[in-house]
Amino acid sequence: MDEINLMEISNLDKSFGGLSAVQDFNFQIAENELVGLIGPNGAGKTTVFNLITGVYKPDKGSIMFKGENLVGLLPYTICARGVARTFQNIRLFNDLTVLDNVKIATHKDVPYGLMGAILRSPGFFRGEEEIEKEALKYLEIFNLKDKKDELAKNLPYGEQRRIEIVRALATKPLLLILDEPAAGMNPQETQDLMELIRYIRHEFNLTILLIEHDMSLVMGVCERLYVLDYGQVIAEGPPAEIRSNKRVIEAYLGEDVG
Amino acid sequence: MLEFTQQIVNGLSLGAIYALIALGYTMVYGIIKLINFAHGDIMMVGAFVGYFSLTLLGTNIFVAMIAAMVTCAVFGVLIEKIAYRPLRNATRIAALITAIGVSLFLEYITIFLLGPSQKVFPESAFPIKAYAVGGLSILNKDVFVFVLAVALMLILQYIIKWTKTGKAMRAVSLDREAAVLMGISVDKTISITFAIGSALAAAAGVMLGIYYNTINPLMGIIPGLKAFVAAVLGGIGIIPGAMVGGFVMGLLETMVSGYGNSLYRDAVAFGVLIFILLIKPSGIFGEDTGEKV
Amino acid sequence: MQKVKNKWRKFASEILILAAIFTLVQYLVTAGLLNQYFQINLASMCINVILAVSLSLINGFTGQLSLGHAGFMAVGAYVAAIMTNMLDLPFIIGILAACLAAGLAGFIIGVPTLRLKGDYLAIATLALGEIIRVTLQNIDYVNGPAGIMGISKLSTWPWLFGGVVLTVVVIVNLVNSSYGRAIISVREDEVAAELMGINTTKYKVLAFAIGAMFAGLAGALYAHYFYIIKPETFNFLKSFDILVMVVLGGLGSTTGAIIAAVSITALTAALQPFPAIRMILYALILIIVMIYRPQGLMGNKELSMKTFGRIWGGRN
Ligand SMILES: Nc1ncnc2c1ncn2[C@@H]1O[C@H](COP(=O)(O)OP(=O)(O)OP(=O)(O)O)[C@@H](O)[C@H]1O
Ligand SMILES: [Mg+2]
Repeated sequence: MDEINLMEISNLDKSFGGLSAVQDFNFQIAENELVGLIGPNGAGKTTVFNLITGVYKPDKGSIMFKGENLVGLLPYTICARGVARTFQNIRLFNDLTVLDNVKIATHKDVPYGLMGAILRSPGFFRGEEEIEKEALKYLEIFNLKDKKDELAKNLPYGEQRRIEIVRALATKPLLLILDEPAAGMNPQETQDLMELIRYIRHEFNLTILLIEHDMSLVMGVCERLYVLDYGQVIAEGPPAEIRSNKRVIEAYLGEDVG
Repeated sequence: MLEFTQQIVNGLSLGAIYALIALGYTMVYGIIKLINFAHGDIMMVGAFVGYFSLTLLGTNIFVAMIAAMVTCAVFGVLIEKIAYRPLRNATRIAALITAIGVSLFLEYITIFLLGPSQKVFPESAFPIKAYAVGGLSILNKDVFVFVLAVALMLILQYIIKWTKTGKAMRAVSLDREAAVLMGISVDKTISITFAIGSALAAAAGVMLGIYYNTINPLMGIIPGLKAFVAAVLGGIGIIPGAMVGGFVMGLLETMVSGYGNSLYRDAVAFGVLIFILLIKPSGIFGEDTGEKV
Repeated sequence: MQKVKNKWRKFASEILILAAIFTLVQYLVTAGLLNQYFQINLASMCINVILAVSLSLINGFTGQLSLGHAGFMAVGAYVAAIMTNMLDLPFIIGILAACLAAGLAGFIIGVPTLRLKGDYLAIATLALGEIIRVTLQNIDYVNGPAGIMGISKLSTWPWLFGGVVLTVVVIVNLVNSSYGRAIISVREDEVAAELMGINTTKYKVLAFAIGAMFAGLAGALYAHYFYIIKPETFNFLKSFDILVMVVLGGLGSTTGAIIAAVSITALTAALQPFPAIRMILYALILIIVMIYRPQGLMGNKELSMKTFGRIWGGRN
């Protein structure tokens, strides 16, 4: 790697009880890159995401993000440093409106103080307007503006997945990590999602790391892939290389690799 | 040292009673995740059934205890059917409020029917004798309570470990859906759990009557709360945890009354609870399971 | 521009309604048209509204099951009574000190315990509330179990009304801001909230401390209305009473908490002539309401002018 990496993970280990979920995981992602993390069920992909975002603490290893080690930081601090994610099992704020879901993600940069809120200062009203405009801007991009007043739980699955991306985006991340963003979507929706991912990456100058089972999506948008099996990286490289990698084919044994 | 041993002896029988009540809390919690705040009041009902069996029917203490256990088992099943079952899929807090309602209902219906004053357990039902053993003074009622409570706990262990019913109870606690698929009747299993838990509470109620010599309609509140603390202390939902927690509470209580200010008795018990939760947030035997994301 | 105008119109109409209610009751009191019985119940209502709304911030909006609210009320009641009765300081100082002390107690208790979840938090807060009570029982300066007697009756209608308005305005404004959304996100999904940049611990403690602070206010008003405070008054059953109001009103609904607090106080007063069956009926109502409406009266919705408008078919 000659350019500076946005994130560099070295020797990451994590086990649950006796089960080694992630083992000696090494990984780099450069600024503005779009990288995919694939692997069979239970390979440890989501665990890697959980380690990066501070949900779990690694047993060993470091996660350097813009020159700072994220290990040991609390999840909200990691988010403030510029890492945002979506969840494999959708975790929206179900009883709140779509708009509020997105607004919450902007809270870390709230433009007025607690006293201002309680006393309803002019700054509060200005700030609320700003927040709303911002949230609507993101919803607009994902074509969800007219759903803004619906409760998150009442929307169809595909839309919930997209709201999760909007919500993550609203935290203004540098690195966006997506856990199976196309799960449960039909081919047309998946196609549209690919377009969107490409678009937001350029529009917001994002670096993106995604887990995906849908090989057409992975091969279509990712510039580089990491393949995880039993917690270990078994291959790394551009999609074309991965497609013909023997170990990868073995790992997927019978699963459709492309 | 002798003094200390004496306190332990005194604490064991109280601890055994707390453990019996705590078992009911923990079993119900394990199976439907409900803090059954009415559990202490079931114990009170048991104490009254025992009392009337002794006084009105003139039975001996064993018959009184069995009468109390059977009556309360029926009560427990009915309460679950009428009040808790409709809320099985509602929020936990709604069920909690219902339990508070049931608790108040049992307390005040008893006051309405029997008056608020306390009743004295008949002396003749259990003549108190003191034995001197190696410098210690041991009361026959303490021995009786302790032995009986431990026997009940052993029977419970047997039921849970070795019988089909016990296996069904464990299965429903672990994974209700899977239990249904295995052909276990969830409703029936929950009913049985309430029956067993309530019967144990009833036994504890009669024992408390012997232990303190008086009973009253509000007698379930404080021991109920302490037993609940005991269940949480041991790790709520975990049966051996409830037993250990009960003994810890009983011993602590007698130690504090014996050595310090008895006014602080309750505060110390709660203090220990908080201390343990802060170092081990899911109780002594609880597993700290992080949420899977 | 239109928006700003609407905002002011709404604000002005709210002020007008509040002023009308205040003046009406004030008139009834001074003209002697409101007898002692109604006055006492009115005071209880105000105090219960403050308690319910403040607990609803913790239990309803933040989703943290607290069973120790009466403990904070006790702190407020005792601190205020000490200030006015024993140190001869003005009532307002007593109230401020009560709020401060209760809020501080909330903060100190909240920091370690709010790491606990669900039922474990519930029992820990219950235990801490009881520890506060037992501690008061053991302090000779405040007469132990006998409590403080002969507290001056300073909680007049303006104070009670002011207390209610302050509590409701602060909590409603807080909840309807970005800070409130952060607080609600903790209830909805703590893990997701944390990962979206919300310092969940901070907001849990914040909500807990603010809720405790207003419980302290309620305690101060209570002490200066009912002359006597005893540790026993603030036991865990009192916390249950407050919780019942919040849940019956609907978790996450301030108007629900207010309606429930008012109606339960009224119901208790109405049942006063039948002491024998009062608690039995109360218990049955609890059970029946929960079985048929487990989400409470209002669910997590709010009753607003708009709702009335819709019901009456008036303009929006
Ligand atoms: N909190 C946890 N406690 C115990 N085991 C866990 C936990 N989280 C993950 N695991 C285990 O670690 C392993 C890797 O899980 P992980 O969710 O990372 O897999 P994955 O690659 O994301 O799989 P999938 O494609 O099914 O989402 C699995 O065996 C899983 O059961
Ligand atoms: Mg996964």
